[in-house]
Amino acid sequence: MSGHFESHFPESGSVDYSDQSTNIDETTIAELRELASRYPQPRSALLPMLHLVQSVDGRVSPRGIEVCADVLGITTAQVSGVATFYTMYKRRPAGHHHLGVCTTALCAVMGGDILLDRAKAKLGIDEGQTTPCGKVSLERLECNAACDFAPVAMVNWEFFDNMDPAKMDELIDKLMNGEEVVSPRGATLTSWKEAERVLAGFPDGRADEGPSAGPASLLGRELARDNNWNAPSADATPAAPEEEAAK
Amino acid sequence: MTDMLTPVLSAQWGEDKSWKLARYEATGGYRAIRKAFDMKPEDLVSLVKDANLRGRGGAGFPTGMKWSFVPQDNPNPKYLVVNADESEPGTCKDIPLMMANPHVLVEGIIISSYAINCHTAFIYCRGEVLHVIRRLQQAVREAYAAGYLGKNILGTGYDLDIIVHAGAGAYICGEETALLDSLEGRRGQPRLRPPFPAVAGLYASPTVVNNVESIASVPAIVDNGAAWFQSMGTEKSKGFTLYSVSGHVKRPGQFEAPMGITLRQLIDLGGGMRDGHELKFFTPGGSSTPILTAEGLDIPLDYEGMAAAGTMLGTKALQVFDDTTSVVRTTLRFVEFYKHESCGKCTPCREGSWWLVQLLMKFEAGQAEEGDVDKLLDICDNIGGRSFCALADGAVACVTSAVKHFREEFEQGYHTPAWELFPYEKSALFAVEGDPR
Repeated sequence: MSGHFESHFPESGSVDYSDQSTNIDETTIAELRELASRYPQPRSALLPMLHLVQSVDGRVSPRGIEVCADVLGITTAQVSGVATFYTMYKRRPAGHHHLGVCTTALCAVMGGDILLDRAKAKLGIDEGQTTPCGKVSLERLECNAACDFAPVAMVNWEFFDNMDPAKMDELIDKLMNGEEVVSPRGATLTSWKEAERVLAGFPDGRADEGPSAGPASLLGRELARDNNWNAPSADATPAAPEEEAAK
Repeated sequence: MTDMLTPVLSAQWGEDKSWKLARYEATGGYRAIRKAFDMKPEDLVSLVKDANLRGRGGAGFPTGMKWSFVPQDNPNPKYLVVNADESEPGTCKDIPLMMANPHVLVEGIIISSYAINCHTAFIYCRGEVLHVIRRLQQAVREAYAAGYLGKNILGTGYDLDIIVHAGAGAYICGEETALLDSLEGRRGQPRLRPPFPAVAGLYASPTVVNNVESIASVPAIVDNGAAWFQSMGTEKSKGFTLYSVSGHVKRPGQFEAPMGITLRQLIDLGGGMRDGHELKFFTPGGSSTPILTAEGLDIPLDYEGMAAAGTMLGTKALQVFDDTTSVVRTTLRFVEFYKHESCGKCTPCREGSWWLVQLLMKFEAGQAEEGDVDKLLDICDNIGGRSFCALADGAVACVTSAVKHFREEFEQGYHTPAWELFPYEKSALFAVEGDPR
């Protein structure tokens, strides 16, 4: 060991200023202003605003940094300082679909490492890259709060639970072929950009799609029902003095 | 004697359209806010104190006490921020809660906000859970339309707005002061305390930051009383709570039980361990809580039981690993997580987590040198307790506890790769080509 650190984020230094392209127009700027107006102090809207920038430009673009700074009356350095801190903000264009495979300890052990290798091989790209056709980008995920469904993946931040190699192959084929894909615990997939728009705070009307919960979430509740286990009835316990006072 | 499981928050999960307002109201939803509005705010604080509801986000601080720290004579607005940045490895309870029953959180926010005299509340939800954010956005919209939010709620003269806010991928924002910086549109880095958020939180104003499950537990307490809540649980750890079991059990999942259930009971409920395998170690409350071995199977999973065992209840996230698992491999992966998520503010954490990963990679590859176990512990000694927030402590807890229980396995890393000692494909849930099983 030479003692020299190798950066874990070799490309994370800054926003990519070599690519000045943008789709941001007056409509976007008006929406950014609207986001800023939703908060007691406008700067609180910066994270949602950067999500909106990504929904338009497919990444945090130099123009996006400028307009956020302009709307909030802060410097571009302040905006890019925030944009480069959070992993959901991409400095290079993400794919039409963005695929993530969890490799934090539990998912890794239960098959996540194998699944990530499989996805890399099938897509022909490394983590952090996008396929040349622009259809799919790939990310190594840190824990996505779905450990009871391990090993897990996600596409456009929709859950794909209890993954295995066959399911991973099928998912990637469908994404690459532009077929319709439904999250087992979410909605029909749109695109990563459209997902970013929802995260910014502009709903897409899909909240009622998908189930109430996945099977693992329901396990305890179902066992309780089968065994007639319940929380105690309120009548069985004496009322607290505060309640008496309220009556 | 209470039942083995006591679904309250999860009682309606899985029901048709359980996330909709109409369904929530049909099962008693928004009844508690009417009771609450008949009470004085300070009496609500006392009620939650009397119930002894302790924060469900990991630290276990009494929720009512947190509320009582808000200085009501401070002229600034008061804020309630719900910490929905669920990211601790192993923790997966708030996400299904918000997806299946977002209205119980909204109702809890209304009551809690009224109790602390707050008129603007935030739900800071991690960004990586699109469908959960959709359901939260819709629930808040429905609550406005029904007159539960906005101006003059139910004719009481009380006003409240809720803002659903998506984060952008940073575990550190689950730390309450980092969350507040993030919510102010900054890099999510912890603040030095004091002042605590109750005095100077969001926009330097009095702020309460509570976990999703804590706030969602409030309507049931208001509806049924403190004594009812106290009738569940152990001597000092009261009430119902969500236990999340993941890993090498036959059926992982969420179990809402009285405080103090044991892992043995939870594993039995999940149908036992994988066939032909035994428990090797587990985290009681996420990866930041020191691991336990089979000796911990019968210790009550409550605050006191876990503290006595030298660990913490944390988020009650039980990650269960069986005898196929290399503890060196999992420790490395846990520490890689902390390295990735360290915000970079404090040198011991920022640099130390990198050193730990480098050294643990040598252990995994069987290339560590004689004495490196002590070096590992020495590095941990220089990280833990030497940073602003608890991330650093979590990063070393998984290392020191793993060495404590499995020192010989680390010493094998002086000569043999972990993947030879514990072929990795055997830990996976699915068969891999070339793996005879």
